[in-house]
Amino acid sequence: MSENFEGARGAGPAQRSVEMAVALLIAAFALVVIAGSIQAGIGWGAEGPKAGFFPFYVGLMILASSIINFGAVMSDRRNDQLFAEWGQLGKVMSMLVPTAIYVALVPWIGIYIASALLIAVFMRWLGQYGWGMIGAVAVGVPVVTFVIFEKWFLVSLPKGPIEELLGF
Amino acid sequence: MEEIVNLFHGFSVVLQPFNLLVMLVGIMLGVIIGVLPGLGGANGVAILLPLTFSMSPTSAIIMLSCIYWGALFGGAITSVLFNIPGEPWSVATTFDGHPMAQQGRAGEALTAAFTSSFVGALFAVIMITLVAPLVAKFALQFGPAEKFGVYFLAFCSFVGMSKEPPFKTVAAMMIGFALAAVGLDSVTGQLRLTFGQTELLNGFDFLIAVIGLFGIGEILLTIEEGLSFKGGAAGINPAVVFKTWAELPRYWMTSLRSCVIGCWMGISPAGATPASFMSYGIAKRVSKNGDRFGRGEIEGVVAPETAAHAAGTAALLPMLSLGVPGSPTAAVLLGGLLIWGLQPGPLLFVEQKEFVWGLIASMYLGNVVGLLVVLTCVPLFAAILRIPFAIIAPIILMFCAIGAYTVHNSTFDVVMMLVFGVVGYVLKKCNYPLAPLVLAIVLGDKAEEAFRQSLLSSQGSLGIFVSNGLVSSIMALGLIALFWPLIQNAFTRRRTWPAV
Repeated sequence: MSENFEGARGAGPAQRSVEMAVALLIAAFALVVIAGSIQAGIGWGAEGPKAGFFPFYVGLMILASSIINFGAVMSDRRNDQLFAEWGQLGKVMSMLVPTAIYVALVPWIGIYIASALLIAVFMRWLGQYGWGMIGAVAVGVPVVTFVIFEKWFLVSLPKGPIEELLGF
Repeated sequence: MEEIVNLFHGFSVVLQPFNLLVMLVGIMLGVIIGVLPGLGGANGVAILLPLTFSMSPTSAIIMLSCIYWGALFGGAITSVLFNIPGEPWSVATTFDGHPMAQQGRAGEALTAAFTSSFVGALFAVIMITLVAPLVAKFALQFGPAEKFGVYFLAFCSFVGMSKEPPFKTVAAMMIGFALAAVGLDSVTGQLRLTFGQTELLNGFDFLIAVIGLFGIGEILLTIEEGLSFKGGAAGINPAVVFKTWAELPRYWMTSLRSCVIGCWMGISPAGATPASFMSYGIAKRVSKNGDRFGRGEIEGVVAPETAAHAAGTAALLPMLSLGVPGSPTAAVLLGGLLIWGLQPGPLLFVEQKEFVWGLIASMYLGNVVGLLVVLTCVPLFAAILRIPFAIIAPIILMFCAIGAYTVHNSTFDVVMMLVFGVVGYVLKKCNYPLAPLVLAIVLGDKAEEAFRQSLLSSQGSLGIFVSNGLVSSIMALGLIALFWPLIQNAFTRRRTWPAV
């Protein structure tokens, strides 16, 4: 499972460009906050400061600090570090994409079945396990979780059509 | 001594069989959380918080705080054996702990780490026992302006003491405040920043943010770095333990200094991680074996572990007495208090004596139990870490999803968790600190309320924040903390001036 990144350094997005993009995104977020605050009212009402008063200044501070951060990255030309190598980002995506699908599936097929699928996918993709082992873990873990949450602690988790068929 | 009587009453609460069981379960879970990558104190406690909804608040806080102690202990195991810090505060422990393990002295290193953790925690708990009631009594006279002053001080110290660039800290913190403001405004009952989305009516829950930022984000970082668990064997036997214990008193000065550093950094919200580095750095400079640090010096394990645990424990002092948590995990515990229907702050010491002193007593006992558990079960916990990442990662993801869902029984929160996870990954890679973001989400509403109440009583004049000696000195302290790096620079420059 483990891979070593020895030898020549691979290619990838530069730390500088990512940091600039992040600073811009944060600035955009600040503008949204400022716009929302103005909508809610930033003046002085009957109960004192209106609802948008505090977030308005918070938004201004985010905007100011992200501009400063952007400037700091811009002027730091010596920074030639990589944000990450493409191979590393690929690994992150190999984790992120199944997780995103998992999160999207939970409302439809329930958390137990979705978790079983998630575990199976990871074990097959990243671990290259045999189907016997995959079956044992992918079924065993959700079943144990079911017993702990639904039976012992009486916490109800999202369930789908298959659980309904089984009568839960 | 009223405190002593209260403390003994606390012990009688903790010693009930159910609470003892809860304590043991909490410690075990905590060590596992501390050992596993991607699960840490803050999000571990956040994920397990829903399990405590049906318990009494006292049992619940005992369980959650014991998870926290367990996580503090657990971080050391992976640092020493695998050179992988399970928690950020155990990074400094790898410097000397892992070389010791490579030389076949893993047992010694682990014993030293656990014992130092215990000493640090004990020192901090004693300090909490003595100081917290006084601070709380003092804080009872605080009005809205003073309350806001305390929040101001806490957030300023974050900016001044953080290793990250100050404006990144400010940006992260203010993002937290903005997220906290989304939804129903608690003062006017008006909606704000929701842009017509009904999902945003209740705003962003900090528990979701914690699980996403620290849990999912951390797993993404872990997989990017490509983990390999190749570790030394974990052999601890009584002979090694007693031999190490016989050696440790020699380092009493390092230990004491680390305790003080830890407590100081824990109360001011700098936290356990900088405390462990600072303590290691100073020990290296002061010790006569300093040049051997980094090659397996036992003192290099004692210093960071003592400080980290002292800081982690001391972080509960401002949370208990002022309602201002000193660390993300303390913030999650504070969120727990709100969910169980308790109002954090100085009044706790008056109205919820059983709860407060039960918690303090459980800190004493929990750390003794923790020390025994980790000393006896190291091979077991090390075995957990040998479970391949391809199996453990989806299981951790599942628990994160369950934790996020159970906060409000909403699948939208699970989606938000994933979004926070990606945001956390990117921000962390760009050196934005996450702790102030989380703390701002937790404290945002309260800080805003205090700010608006103060302004209301002064008819909008900011003069209220310098209107009396108490509030002006708190605000002044805040400003000093904010500009601390500049002040420090000015001083060192003046001192070196004549030499130039």
